[in-house]
Amino acid sequence: MARTATTTDVFNAVAEASRRHIVDALGDGEATVGELVDRLQISQPQASKHLAVLKAVGVVLSRVDGRHRWYRLNGPALKPIHDWVRTFERTWNTRLDRLDDLLAELQHEEEQS
Amino acid sequence: MSNDPATTNRHGSAVITLPSDTEYLVTRVFDAPAELVFKAYTTPELVKRWWGFETSEWLVCDIDLRVGGEWRFVVQERDMEVGFHGEYREIERPHRLVSTEAYEGIPDPDANAALNILTLDERDGVTTMTVLVQMPSQEARDEVLASGMEGGMQVSYNRLEDLVAGGLG
Repeated sequence: MARTATTTDVFNAVAEASRRHIVDALGDGEATVGELVDRLQISQPQASKHLAVLKAVGVVLSRVDGRHRWYRLNGPALKPIHDWVRTFERTWNTRLDRLDDLLAELQHEEEQS
Repeated sequence: MSNDPATTNRHGSAVITLPSDTEYLVTRVFDAPAELVFKAYTTPELVKRWWGFETSEWLVCDIDLRVGGEWRFVVQERDMEVGFHGEYREIERPHRLVSTEAYEGIPDPDANAALNILTLDERDGVTTMTVLVQMPSQEARDEVLASGMEGGMQVSYNRLEDLVAGGLG
């Protein structure tokens, strides 16, 4: 099956568990590679490799401050995933709102009888 | 029909989270006893009144509610038949129902069936429903992922919404 490269598609970029852990960790705020290595118990080369993939799709941005490079999350780049969850959630909501209405009707019927 | 504002306010309140690479979880609260929700999930005449879309024409709605029993729903959507079927694995009325769910529109549906775990937790006549859907394998997950339905985020939807809205720039 044709798959787009991890470096061009935000879905594939976050399809790897370690990269999602990095996204989660950066959700708490900016961090250096060293801090991510400490918090996630991964090696520095692994952390750097994953950060490079996340940077390539724009999910992570970085800035240099003195001797340190700080990484931070770029929320809007996650929008395609957010939109998918929303679409999926809407489908479920349509169905469950119908169930909600039915339950109200059934309770109403029970009260009448 | 109850005019309790809590009832009308629950529309659109289902929340989807993604607990692992192979699962998604639906959570929804209903102002009804667990027994009634269970009944609406497992009685064909009632399933037909909510499970499909407004426009669905029902062709098959079979429920054999016993462990090892099968269910099958087929609806007509315009010129397309959409079918699902599965088997009941655990039945603890009215609090838990475990069943498989195979979508008949893909090759080898049964090998790619999901496992659905429905739980109903009632407090004071208000029932919290959760449906945990477990995809069968990495391969099946990848099928879903390739079709644009990524199932792998551990960041919960609510968290993700905050991240997207806030930009965290």
